[in-house]
Order: sequence, then structure tokens, then C-alpha cells
Amino acid sequence: MVNAKINGIPVQVAEGTSILDAAKKVNVRIPTLCYNDDLPPWAACGICIVKAEKNPKMLRACCTPLEEGMSVITHDPEIVQVRKTVIELILSTHPDDCLQCPRNGSCELQTLAAEFGVREQPFEKRLRDLPIDTSTGSLILNPDKCIRCGRCVLVCQQMQNVWAIEFLGRGESTRIAPAADVKLAEGPCIKCGQCAAHCPVGAIYENDQTKEVWDALMKGGDDAKTCVVQIAPAVRVALGEEFGLEPGSLVTGKIYTALRRLGFDMVFDTNFSADLTIMEEGTELVKRLTDFLGGKNKELMPLITSCCPAWVDYMEKYYSDMIPNFSTAKSPQQMMGAMIKTFWAEKTKIDPKTIYSVSIMPCTAKKWECGRNDDMRSSGSQDVDVVLTTRELARMIKQAGIDLVNLPEEEADSPLGPYTGAGTIFGTTGGVMEAALRSAYYLITKEDLKDVNFTGVRGISGIKEARIHIKDLEVRVAVAHQMGNIAAVLEEVRKAKAEGKDIPWHFIEVMACRGGCIGGGGQPYGATDEVRQKRMRGLYSDDEKSTLRCSHHNPAIQYVYKEFLGEPNGHKAHELLHTKYKKLELYK
Amino acid sequence: MAYKHFILVCGGTGCESSHSDEIYKELIANAEAMGVKDDVQVVKTGCFGFCEKGPIVKVLPDESFYVEVKPGDAKEIIAEQIVKGREVKRLLYKDERQKDRIKVEDIDFYQKQYRIVLRNCGIINPENIDEYIARDGYAGLEKVLTSMKPDDVIEELKASGLRGRGGAGFPTWRKWMFSKGVPADQKYVVCNADEGDPGAYMDRSTIEGDPHSVIEAMTICGYTVGSSKGFVYIRAEYPLAIERLKIGLRQAREYGLLGDNILGTGFSFDIEIRLGAGAFVCGEETALLQSIEGNRGMPIPRPPFPAVKGLWGKPTIINNVETWANIPVIITKGASWFAKIGTETSKGTKVFALTGKINNSGLVEVPMGTTLREIIFDIGGGIRGGKKFKGAQTGGPSGGIITEEFLDLPIDYEALTSLGSMMGSGGLIVMDEDDCVVDVSRFYMEFCVDESCGKCSPCRIGTNQMHAILVKITKGQGTMEDLEKLEKIGLAMKKAALCGLGQTAPNPTLSTIRRFRDEYVKHIVDRQCSAGKCKDLVVYSIDKTKCIGCGLCARKCPVNCISGDKTQKYTIDASKCIKCGECFKACKFSAVVKK
Amino acid sequence: MAKMTLEQLRKLREEKKGDMVRRDVEGKNIQIIVGMGTCGIAAGAKQTFDEIVKVVDENKMTADVIIRQTGCMGLCHVEPTVEIVMPGMPATIYGKVDVPTAREIVIKHVVGKTLVENHIYDRPAVDIVKK
Repeated sequence: MVNAKINGIPVQVAEGTSILDAAKKVNVRIPTLCYNDDLPPWAACGICIVKAEKNPKMLRACCTPLEEGMSVITHDPEIVQVRKTVIELILSTHPDDCLQCPRNGSCELQTLAAEFGVREQPFEKRLRDLPIDTSTGSLILNPDKCIRCGRCVLVCQQMQNVWAIEFLGRGESTRIAPAADVKLAEGPCIKCGQCAAHCPVGAIYENDQTKEVWDALMKGGDDAKTCVVQIAPAVRVALGEEFGLEPGSLVTGKIYTALRRLGFDMVFDTNFSADLTIMEEGTELVKRLTDFLGGKNKELMPLITSCCPAWVDYMEKYYSDMIPNFSTAKSPQQMMGAMIKTFWAEKTKIDPKTIYSVSIMPCTAKKWECGRNDDMRSSGSQDVDVVLTTRELARMIKQAGIDLVNLPEEEADSPLGPYTGAGTIFGTTGGVMEAALRSAYYLITKEDLKDVNFTGVRGISGIKEARIHIKDLEVRVAVAHQMGNIAAVLEEVRKAKAEGKDIPWHFIEVMACRGGCIGGGGQPYGATDEVRQKRMRGLYSDDEKSTLRCSHHNPAIQYVYKEFLGEPNGHKAHELLHTKYKKLELYK
Repeated sequence: MAYKHFILVCGGTGCESSHSDEIYKELIANAEAMGVKDDVQVVKTGCFGFCEKGPIVKVLPDESFYVEVKPGDAKEIIAEQIVKGREVKRLLYKDERQKDRIKVEDIDFYQKQYRIVLRNCGIINPENIDEYIARDGYAGLEKVLTSMKPDDVIEELKASGLRGRGGAGFPTWRKWMFSKGVPADQKYVVCNADEGDPGAYMDRSTIEGDPHSVIEAMTICGYTVGSSKGFVYIRAEYPLAIERLKIGLRQAREYGLLGDNILGTGFSFDIEIRLGAGAFVCGEETALLQSIEGNRGMPIPRPPFPAVKGLWGKPTIINNVETWANIPVIITKGASWFAKIGTETSKGTKVFALTGKINNSGLVEVPMGTTLREIIFDIGGGIRGGKKFKGAQTGGPSGGIITEEFLDLPIDYEALTSLGSMMGSGGLIVMDEDDCVVDVSRFYMEFCVDESCGKCSPCRIGTNQMHAILVKITKGQGTMEDLEKLEKIGLAMKKAALCGLGQTAPNPTLSTIRRFRDEYVKHIVDRQCSAGKCKDLVVYSIDKTKCIGCGLCARKCPVNCISGDKTQKYTIDASKCIKCGECFKACKFSAVVKK
Repeated sequence: MAKMTLEQLRKLREEKKGDMVRRDVEGKNIQIIVGMGTCGIAAGAKQTFDEIVKVVDENKMTADVIIRQTGCMGLCHVEPTVEIVMPGMPATIYGKVDVPTAREIVIKHVVGKTLVENHIYDRPAVDIVKK
């Protein structure tokens, strides 16, 4: 432990604690701009500077550890003046179009300028005129707005290990751009949107498609569409943040109500199709595991989850040798899309071509997934027409003047609405694994678990391992989230296979974003581990209060198999609910 | 049979570019032709430092110091001096003041110098390890390996008072001690040879002239801190230095002075060369290490300092060339010998690259505590053309301008810092009355604009904004408010930029605003540049009372904006004038007036 | 060249030192100047020079002695001529210095600090001792 003083207040912290974190402990708030809790300090902006006694230089609080006996001053007129000058310098290279900016109201630079009372711009305006990159359809890069804080580069390279964006140029012409200066869609980008989630300004943001949805909702007469919507598990514990609620507040019923008030004809829940995914993927697991233990098709193990589109994209680019290990089950979004335009259309005798299918996702990669390949058109046209992120939905609700917080709670529509606790935890890391194990236990033993909680796969740690006992069978599982953590797991699998050893795990769950979908790139801004854990708890509480907690118990699921799909992994299920993968080059 | 004569031919980059290699070959050919090849050894050496007068050829033992030698002179040198024993008087250096051709020991340029770092430059053949060894080369390594414990080496460095020569002057022993104290499976030793200050070439010349001094020192460091691996990071623009270094490394390996089990002592150490692409910021140690690792050369925050956590996260000692070159001598001659040289806080010598408006430009090595006056007027031979001294810029784009009133201040780290400048790597640029400080500040800021890595906002944006304002002032469009802005941005950069480059980039501007405020004000308020450097502020006209109508000015004018005839006299069309000053220079009657 | 041991390094250094030390000027305060004009060379100055180099080496005085040549000193009749300038001794010019004399001069004058009487061409009075 080190003892020091911050603004004269004694503080004791563990060795290596930064001045910034130590200051928080004594309720001193040092302003920052480039710093983000998820990332190692990059020390670019120069806002968090402080003084230390006997040191003629100013220090960066974000990256300087507090030392024994240090006496730190975080605020004095000179420090404040320097900070303000730095903000003014940054503003001199930043466009003044705040009113039209996607980050208006949530921009960290705007907030700082307001806090420091910037009332004029003393320095010559030096703007650039660089092209906007809209190539991915998920994310938009506007380099003119970039303040070159470096967060997105650190996110993409260090957190996610994707290496799609990089610094190019030097000095004033430094810009952040797709590596190799290609269009973003032509490089290794997996559309996870973590860059956008971490960008402090409006330089990287989701492709806003609310207008398309408004247009569809407003169409009448001969052009009228039956507008159907589904919401993903993670949306329900995060949307409230946009309306002033605590992270993790469960607002499922209010969202159903809001969606109906927005004009959607049918409100379904992706949690239902998450249960469906478990039926397909769980069956696939049991089959492959049984084969494996019987010495058959050993190369198909371990089974790796495929619900996360960013992960699918990553695997196709970086780990295409593992395509055989991938679950062929579609993601819940795409299963729902297929069910709406086939099963539900048939059942309600609506021409699928007149159905406009919208999904609300915590994710920017889902915008890409709905057009990933022909399997996403199993109804004959695109199964999911448009994907909105949580942030976009919040905007629509606000535009519609809906007071989300005080809305009455409604139910989702049947039969694609009811869900079990297993479906809802899909939104968090470890959730798919846990849900699959609950049903796999039943599929193998034909008995139900007494305790459905697999706590070993829960939590925020980047890689989780567990050994699960299904009677006398031991199943080894691993859960990885945040793309940068995946390589360690897969390399171990590759190594074991190359050396002819037993595979380290039978079943691996992967989610691209930290914390899983609750930390997705389309979620409300400001996710920290604290926020992520609150959102996780929100989902687990939804699970706990559910009377049904295993996917195979969902009567709606039993119903669709009986009425329409037949057997899990059966012919029809395969046609509608499964997909293929292919190797992709990193650069087109 | 021993040689009777030695002819040393400078093989530094400056002299090589003026055909010293040809001189070298001609000398050998002529010695052979005249049958004296067994009497004379022709040696290509590193830089003599007296670059102003290159190519330099020195004949020993006569100590004939020939300057501006041409390949055609080789025959005469051999025929006259080696065969007949007569100096070739016409090639001897001629002192400006004494108006007489004199010998090397009498040349002022060398009189006040004290050579430790450059001890072998101009004496040995840098491509022959034997010559280095003969001058007590690798004796330091031998001593360390056989009779000193790592702690003894650190104690010796501590007692010597050696401080890093690359910039701020951090005590070398402390770095080494930090690194030694960190347990690690691998440690690294790095030589920073990424010299990038405009006009500075001390490090290049040291490696060109004496590569083994760096190799030996790094090996000593490896032994001391417990490292087996070194890197020399050198810019690719230094091909000769790289070549000499490669030869040096090869020879050292052949002799078993590098590699496994050095001199049979069981200690192993080797060095690799890494080429830099010439980004100035890569001279900053954390950016340099990033570059070695293959990353974009951008500084990262310290602490942790490289000595604790550097290359690939391992403890890494990084010193610059000049610092390294001191170390073998400190070990062989002892710390107390070294500590006697210099000032209270700054020991040893400093090499400066003396350039600008000076008679003898070149490399000079002087004891710390030598005054600027001695360097500029005694060694440098004073200001060119008898002009008035205006200021001296130390520390390149990171330094400040030192004015006449401080000429007698003994120079060391602290003295320069107290003047708002810094030691830097040792560039020393002399300015005379014809230099405009605003223009000089603008020049350095332009350099920093180009060389800013773009990582931290204070430097990336600050350099550009300061540069834009300085350009405005040199164009006569500045306002008094601009001076305040310069100071405001300057303060923000000093305090909030991430690395040394950004923190010191405002120094030239801030120091000139402080010392030459009136000159800035003159540019802003009177729209005048007294030095006549800022073209937009200069107006040429013809004084008709002095013009005799010869028309020379009109003939010289490259844009034909001067017209007239004998009777009408001449006039300049100011709207077309490009202010090149040709007419001003051409007129023999002082009729062209510059305002 | 194979890898060296400590002993080999020391030996190499000693071997090579001679040449290097002769190149160095600093700290040397004894000058032996051999007249190497045409007249001197004709009279055997080259052999004299070689012998001086050899004897100085033999006596391990290379570090202190500069051996240089000069043109004709105008003393053609007593060539080869050798001038010795060193502290504690008057500057002396010896004439007719053949090989054995050269050896004697180095040993007696330079090492032993006594004048070699028979060959002094010019025995300077104290008042004309240079510098």
C-alpha cells in the first residue's frame, strides 16, 4: 500500500494505483478525455494533467502511479488554464456541427467544453475534409470528427484483436482509418461496434436506420406492411439507461408496450428463438458429444457456439480451419426471422412479402448478419429486414414522445413471444452455455436438473472454464468473451489437435463483446465493468423469476416443433434454422 | 618493419562526399608507384571534426594538417613529403587571423578541445578493430569482466558523474542500477543512434569514426545489468555509419568480443542493428523502443521507465551514442579522472555540432563548463564575415536561443535549462545580425509540425497552431494578441504534451519572445523585419539620387520588374517584385534600398 | 582470426600499440627530427631513420618520442643530420649520423640524457635552447 496526499487529503491505495483512480477514492474528479476504464491509458489528450510536489513537470493522472509520500494537486488555476487551452486546441480541429451530430448530447468533448465554460474559439479553425466510410452498413466512420484519442484503435487491436483500424499519417495528418487504408468493409472488421461504443465523439457510430423503420410503420394502403418486431435479451436490461434508469433495470414489458405504441403490429421476443436455438444447438451438442465419446466424427468436436455474428465473421477470417467445429444453428435473431416469415406467415395467412421484420439488438454486427448469406433468406426474401440497435430504439421512443419509465407493462405476442429463463440469459457471457447445458442434461439423461444454476460459467472474467457432470459423464466447457480473449482458447484447441491429444474442452461459448451482448456495440454509451455486471444481474434476475428455466420446457417451443418444425435437427429445422460457413480473406 | 609515416585521410560522411575516398586510393597508388609503400601507411579514419575545411588529410609524424585536399594533390603529397620530407605548404590550413599556414597543434579549432568521445576519431581506421584495440580498446571490457563485479561498474559510473548525453542528462548509473535491480529472464541494452536534430551529426560521426567504442560500452552494460542482447537503433539515412558498425560487429564477433562466452569468461552478449526510417520522434526513447518492436513509433507514457519495463516489457537500458562512447574510457582511466573534467554537476565533455554563421563549422568536443564564447569565438573562429553575433541555438528544435549576455556562462545541463534552452543532443547553431528570430522560430516550429508523431493533442495541434501564428507574423499579419496566444499554447504544450519532443517544441519560440520581444513587436506593429529575412515585410526600391542608370539591377532581375533607362533612372515595380534581393546585391552604388 | 582469450587480446594490444602510439602526438615531448632532403637521403638518412625508429621501439619509448623528418637543414656537408629536442636537454643537432651513431644517440642522448660529443654539429648555448 502507498500513502499519499491528493489536494491535501490523505489517501491510501494499493501500489500501482493511478493518480486518477486514487483521486476517485477521495471524491476528487480529474477530467479525462482519451482515458476509458476498459483500456490501458493511452495518454494522448493531455486533459488529466496534475501537479506533484517537487516535480516541475505536470503528470498525466491516468497513467502515473501514485507514489509513497506524493503530494498531488489536481486543480489550481494554472492546471485549469492548461486543460482549457488543450480543449480549445482540440476544438480548433473539430467541426462545430454539434446540432447535427449523432453524439449531440452524449459527446464527451461537448461535455468537457461545457464544463470548462468554453465560450469562444481563440485559435484558427483547422478542419479536414476526409471521406466518410459507410461501407459496412453497420458502422460509419467520419474521420473529420475524430479527435485522435486512440480509443477505437486500442479497442480494435488490444481488446478485440481484430486489427481493422489503425493510425495512419503523422502529425496533423494523423487519422484513424481502416488498416491498409482500405474501406472498412474490405478489411478484417467484424462489425462488433466496440469502436463506436468507446468513441467519445461522433467519429464512429452505428448506421442509423430509424428512418427506414419509420417509413415502413407509416406506409398505408396498398403498400401497407405488417410490421413485426423482435427484441434481443440484452436490450431489456440496458434500454432503461437511456431514460434515466439504473443499468440492469428490467424493462421488458415496457418495451413491448412502447413497440406497440410505435406502431408495430406484432411484438415477438428473441428470447423465444433463443430457446429454439438451444433446442437445435443442444441437440447438435448431444449428437456430436455422443459420437465423439463413441469414437465417431472426432474432428467435429469441440462444438463452438455461433450466435454472435461478429464472432462468426472473425472465425471465418481468422479461424476458418475450425469451421467444422461451428454449430450450424443460426443465431436467435435469424431463427426468429425465419419463423416469422414462414411459420407465422403461414399460420396467419399473411403474404411473407408484406411482412416487414425488424429486430432490436444490442449489436451493430446484427445489421450485417441479416444479409450475411442466402441462408438468411430462408423464407424467400430477407428474413429480417432491418436491425436497430438499442440506441436507435431509444431515439425512436423519444421521438414518439413515449414516457418509457411510466409505461404499463404488456406481454409479447404468441406464439413467438413466451420465453424461459434459459432464453433470457443468452444476452450475457456464459448464458448460452448455461442454457445449453440445462437442456443437454435433459436430452442425455431424460431427467431434469434439480439445480439449473451453472455459476461456474457466469461472471465478467474473460475466460471461464468448468467441468460439468451429467450423471457420470464429465463435460469440459470453456466460455470466452471480448474477442481478444478468444485466441488463447482456440490456440489451445489447435495445439491439442495438432499434437493428437484429447481436446481440452467439449463445448466452447464465444461472444465478441466484453460481458457478452449486454456489453454490445449497439448498447447505451458508457458501459464499464460495473455497468456490465449490473446488466448481467438484470438478466439473471429475469431468469430466476421465471417459472420455466429450461428451453425444452417452453410450451411455445414444444408447440412450434409439434405444429411446424418436427424434430430438433430434423429436415425442416435444418432448412430454416441452420446455416453454412466459409473461409473469408482478411482483405478483399 | 614499422612504418615511418602515416597519412590519415578523413572518411567521415562530409569528407567522403567531397571525394576523400578517391584521395585515399590515389595516395596508395602513388605510394606504390614511387616505391615508398613500405614507408607509409595510408589510413582512412573517422571524422576530424573540422568539417568546414574538408576533405582533411593529416600526415604523421610531421603533423601536417592539410585541408580542402583534392584527389589530384595525392601525387604531390607522396612525392614531396614521403619521398623528400617536404611539407606541401600550399595545402596546410591557413589561419584567418594569423594569415599564415600553420600546423595542427596551433590551430585554434583544436586548441580548446578535449577529446574523450572523439578520442579515436581521425586517428584510427574505424574498419580495423586492431587499431581500436591498440588504443586501449576493449581494455575496459577486459577490466570489467576480469576484475569488477556489476555493482563495481555501477559504483564507478556513479563516481564518474556521467549523465545521459541525449537530452535531459539523467544520471547513467541510476538507469543501470534500476535495470540491474529488476529480476527478469531477459534484459536489453539499446543504443539510440537516431540522431535527428537539424544540423547535428555528433552521433553519426562517432559511429563512423569509432564504432567499437559503442560496441564495447554496450557489452560492458550487458555484463553489468545482466543482459545478453543489444540493439543499435540507427537511422537508415546513415549508410556509412551503418556499414562501419556492421564491420565492427563482425570483427568483434570474430575476435570473440561479442557472442557466446566472450573472451572465455562465460559471459555472452550480442548486438543487432535495427534501422529507423528517420522519424524525429523515434529519438524519444519510448517511441524508439516501440519502433524496434515493430510498432508505430509513438511515445508511450512513463513510468514505467524502460530501465524497468522497456522492450517487450523487459528491463531495457537505452543510452545515446555519445553516452556510450564515454564509458570504456571511464572504466580504463577511472571515475576520478573523468570526474575532474567538467563542472560541479556535469562531468566530462560534450560534443557539439557547430554550425551556422561561424567561420569554423564542425564537430567540437569541449569540457563541460566551457563558455559559449570560447566555443564560438575561439574554436569556431568567430562570426563569418565579421558580422555581429546575435544568438546561439542549442538543443535544436527543443532548445532556446542564448543571447550575447550569457556568452560567458559556463555551459552545463543546469545552465542551459536555466536559460530556457537545453543541452539536447548537442546541436549548436550560431546566428548573426542577418538572422531574424521570428523566422528562426518559425523554422523550428515547422520542423516540429513535420515531426510531431500525432499522438497527443497538445503537440499535434499546438505545433500547428503556433506555426500558423508565426507564419502570420512573418507575413506582417500578426496582432499583439497573437503573442499571448503563442505563450498560452506554449505553456499548454510544455505542461501537457506527452513526450520530450512536444514539451520542448515551444522552447525556441518562447525563449525568443522573452529575449527578443521587441523584434516580434516590430514585425507586428511596424510590419518590419530588421534582418530582412521575412520577405513579405521587405520592400526594395531605388534611390534615384544614387542610381546612375547602369541597368545592372534590371538585367539581374529574374522577373523583369525593374525598368528605366540612363536618363530616367530605374524603378522597381513592387507589385511584381519577388524580393529575391538580386538587385540589392548587384548594385554597386547602394542605390537599391531594402526596407 | 579465431576467438580470442584474455591473454591473446592483451598480446594483440601490445603488438599493435607501437604503430598507434606513433600516430599519437599528445603527451609526447621528445622530438627526433631527421634531415631527409635529397642530400640527406643520398648520405644514408633513410637507414638512419629506420634505425632510430627501431631503437626507440626497443627502448619502449615510442609513447614519448615523435620521430619526424624534415627537408634539408642547409647542413649538406654533415648529412645525415638528426636534431633532438627534449625537455631537460638543450636542442641539439648531430651531424654525420650513420646507423651505429643513430643507435648511440638514441641510447645516450634520449635515454641516458647525455650528449654524444663526437657528432654534435651544433652544441647550442643555453641561451639559444628552443622554447
